[in-house]
Amino acid sequence: MPYPGGLEAALTRYEPVIGIEVHAQLRTASKMFCGCAVAGDDAAPNTRTCPVCLGLPGALPVINRRAVELVLATGMALGATVPPATRWDRKNYVYPDLPKGYQISQYDLPLASDGLLTFDTSAGERTVRIRRAHLEEDTARLVHATLPDGRNASLVDFDRSGMPLMEIVTEPDVRSAEEARRYAEELQRVLRYVGASDAEMERGQMRVEANVSLRPRGSVALGTRVEVKNMNSFRSVERAIAFEIERQAAALDAGEALRQQTRGWDEARGVTYVMRDKEDSEDYRYFPEPDLPPLRTDPAWLAGIRARIPELPASRRARYVGTLGLSPHDAGILTSTRETSDFFEAAVAAAEGSAATPKAIANWVAGELARLANAAAGTPRGRIDRTGIGPAELAALVALVEDGRVSGTNAKEALAVAFETGEAPAAVVEARGLGRIADDDALGVEVDAVLAANPAAVADYRAGRPQAAGFLVGQVMRRTQGRADAVVVREVLLARLDATVAEEDR
Amino acid sequence: MIDRDDPIVTTDLARLPAHAMAAALRTGEASATELAAAHLDRIETEDGGLHAWLHVDRAGVTAAARESDVVLARARADGPAALAGLHPLHGIPVALKDLISVRGGPVTAGSRILAGYRAPYDAHVTERLRSAGAVILGKTNMDEFAMGSSTEHSAYGPTANPWDLERVPGGSSGGSAAAVAAHHAPVALGTDTGGSIRQPASHCGVVGMKPTYGRVSRYGIVAFASSLDQVGPFARDVRDAAALLHAIAGRDDRDSTSAPVPVPDGLLSLPASDDEAASALRGVRLGLPREYFVEGMEPGVAAVVREAVDGLRSAGAIVEEVSLPHTDYGLATYYIVAPAEASANLARYDGIRYGLSVRDGDVLADYLATRGRGFGPEVKRRIILGTYALSAGYYDAFYGTAQKVRTLIRADFDAVWASGVDAVVAPTSPGVAWRFGEKLDDPVAMYLTDVCTLPVNMAGLPGISVPAGLSGGLPVGLQLIGRPWGELELLRLARGHEAVTAAAAWRTVEPPGLAALRAGEAPTPAERVAALGAGDR
Repeated sequence: MPYPGGLEAALTRYEPVIGIEVHAQLRTASKMFCGCAVAGDDAAPNTRTCPVCLGLPGALPVINRRAVELVLATGMALGATVPPATRWDRKNYVYPDLPKGYQISQYDLPLASDGLLTFDTSAGERTVRIRRAHLEEDTARLVHATLPDGRNASLVDFDRSGMPLMEIVTEPDVRSAEEARRYAEELQRVLRYVGASDAEMERGQMRVEANVSLRPRGSVALGTRVEVKNMNSFRSVERAIAFEIERQAAALDAGEALRQQTRGWDEARGVTYVMRDKEDSEDYRYFPEPDLPPLRTDPAWLAGIRARIPELPASRRARYVGTLGLSPHDAGILTSTRETSDFFEAAVAAAEGSAATPKAIANWVAGELARLANAAAGTPRGRIDRTGIGPAELAALVALVEDGRVSGTNAKEALAVAFETGEAPAAVVEARGLGRIADDDALGVEVDAVLAANPAAVADYRAGRPQAAGFLVGQVMRRTQGRADAVVVREVLLARLDATVAEEDR
Repeated sequence: MIDRDDPIVTTDLARLPAHAMAAALRTGEASATELAAAHLDRIETEDGGLHAWLHVDRAGVTAAARESDVVLARARADGPAALAGLHPLHGIPVALKDLISVRGGPVTAGSRILAGYRAPYDAHVTERLRSAGAVILGKTNMDEFAMGSSTEHSAYGPTANPWDLERVPGGSSGGSAAAVAAHHAPVALGTDTGGSIRQPASHCGVVGMKPTYGRVSRYGIVAFASSLDQVGPFARDVRDAAALLHAIAGRDDRDSTSAPVPVPDGLLSLPASDDEAASALRGVRLGLPREYFVEGMEPGVAAVVREAVDGLRSAGAIVEEVSLPHTDYGLATYYIVAPAEASANLARYDGIRYGLSVRDGDVLADYLATRGRGFGPEVKRRIILGTYALSAGYYDAFYGTAQKVRTLIRADFDAVWASGVDAVVAPTSPGVAWRFGEKLDDPVAMYLTDVCTLPVNMAGLPGISVPAGLSGGLPVGLQLIGRPWGELELLRLARGHEAVTAAAAWRTVEPPGLAALRAGEAPTPAERVAALGAGDR
């Protein structure tokens, strides 16, 4: 709708300058400043509250150590600087979802600053500077409802009040809607690898906001910034920013002055709409939180946190391609979750010295095993590392396939049986006799039986119709239930048939 | 032997110090139920003219006292070791300033905006008192949100001073001070943000102590200024104050600013003997800060303080003049820091979840109406002051500068300690209790009365006010200021002062208002104020 010629045309005239703010709910057992359990989606409203997260008179906050560690770990994963000491600040504003009338946040001493995040895009690798990551508490949830008597009301659910929230802010380094999406996707992976957040956008565990402005190509000065909110999926991040770029470009073309605004993304209509004008920027009157002493980041503590950070997806992708010889596509799939990547690497390690190559293992992890796990999604075994089939067991099966000792089809069957019964796949192959009939004598017995049972086909072959051999091979394969190698079967069969023909010719 | 059938003698139980009450409980000469009844009866008869109390639940108090008696009886049956294991406050009635949360009970903080609110939890100090076996007698009057120095800023009407029922008891913990002075409770808790325990203690002729910041958990205490607020005891003698401090002090995981500093058991064994107590003064170095004898100080007050200091000197203390050069900035600094913190602390009173809720249209209108009606003028004044001080463009000039000056005030004291001084002695207040209405028109004049106590909060130090004599028939307090965590040393000095003045004539003077209160004929403080034409502020 908004720009003649669409996004491409807008981008030829204007350069987008985009900064991204992500709020991620941290994966902790309890809230940020009290002992209340972090509420699951199924909790009844206002069942996870106490004097602290309700902001009752006299209640005081106590820092959740785990939450601090998760932010520090994220900061380290992003290569950010951790200050020797930090503190909390009060951000003062009034709203019914904020029970204290201020939010405990961090103002000028965030837990992490000056980091980087590198990610792939369709135009190649990009790196965005991370300005800061800080820790704060979430607000309560407002639910707008119609009461039984017909009145409209806003209801407050304090279960979310005081949940630990990390805010990660980039420098205005993002230059396209796709980059914004890719950044958010990569950040999600980092958060999950570090274990900082489940970061499900659909469940509000990861909320993405973008500050979008345009400037004419070649210009250095920044344009008027518009904040875009309510983007509830990666797809909507890309769509909303693309829309906003076109909308702003059209306005600039028309000579309109853009207003500094907060706009929401309407997924159904595919447009952004004005939520509020930000002409008068709010004064939050930040000041140091007197209820919490400053926090010193002890070097030994930091070292312990750093030691627990796993290798991150970008590094793993590079290694899979460079060292293991996988395609970038496969490397991307295998690193999409830490469980998958860890499982793959464990299997590769277990396969050391066997015929199972990383490439073959990659195919089985991303293929058959992933299929079994996905089919069981939502059950306790619906994850790649929880199917009951361990990495070494998978590696052993792949080695059997690569050695030619079991067919691909039978290996899949063995895997499916193993998933059902909990046995090792290789043991299934053995127990059910799914392995290849390696012995030519044993195969000869089967071939003889088929020849004896199909005199008509034998006669056809002998009558000069070689296609009858194909039928007989199929019969042997059926009789051996895929345990025989079709090529070998054909060799043995033809040897017998030709031998009989020769004999009769004599 | 106390005759328990004699009502007059029973009433006299309330005149004992808490440690004597504790002894009587252990011998069986008195029961906790009788102690509670003696105080409840007094409150019922006399509080009309005093208005020290905002809430007393007779049935609840009686039930709690009976429980204390059950434990006492069991301990008595189990023998001396079991009795000795009871806390000295076991069975002793305690008054709480009405900003301390008591589960299921009201907590108004002297404000209309908390009318109807009932705390769903106990403050840490409440829990500690319960576990010591103390009997919580009720909640005492205070300046709204502890903002004030006279208790005239209570939304529930003023409290009178037992020494002169036409005068204020000081504030903000005026109800607690007056209750202890009037024998309505042997001990009480207050809070001190800029002098709110020490100044009313001085004006009512009782002992009042502000502990080191972090000594007592603030969990469950309605906040005024978080970096300054501290809970502390009132008592009629130093030993009782020490026992109450012992009961409430110590680290609490729910208050991150409470310190993991051990609480000395010596608090429970201050010398009973005056000779022994006085001997603690020998060789002690006391600093007399020249800046605390401020211009405008009442000569009678200065004379009493100097006489008290002479008494300490003659008991062997070495008194030297010291300088705390940034004292002059204390008031200005305090009136930036405290209102700034308060402006945020009081933002939660929005009428949405508890307390007063005035509906006036949309959320913003409800909010304005609730706060407009719920807060009194002094609270509004301080919220405005604090909001202004934190505003963009003013933060550095006000709040930022105040924090720097605060560091300098602390450094003043550090230098004094470094010079080998053990404690600073000073007036608690530059004057005696004033008449109702006298300073209501001039907030700054009221603020100035806290000039000797504010720096102690700014520096986070322990300070105690002990009765030192009378000026014009009204009590004057001597303030002792100690090193961080030096409460025990400070209380020993205070006990020493108490011992050397034990025989002083002024100690025998009964607060003159008590007779009128006992007769139950005194007009209420609100009526007195109304008669002055100063009641509608």
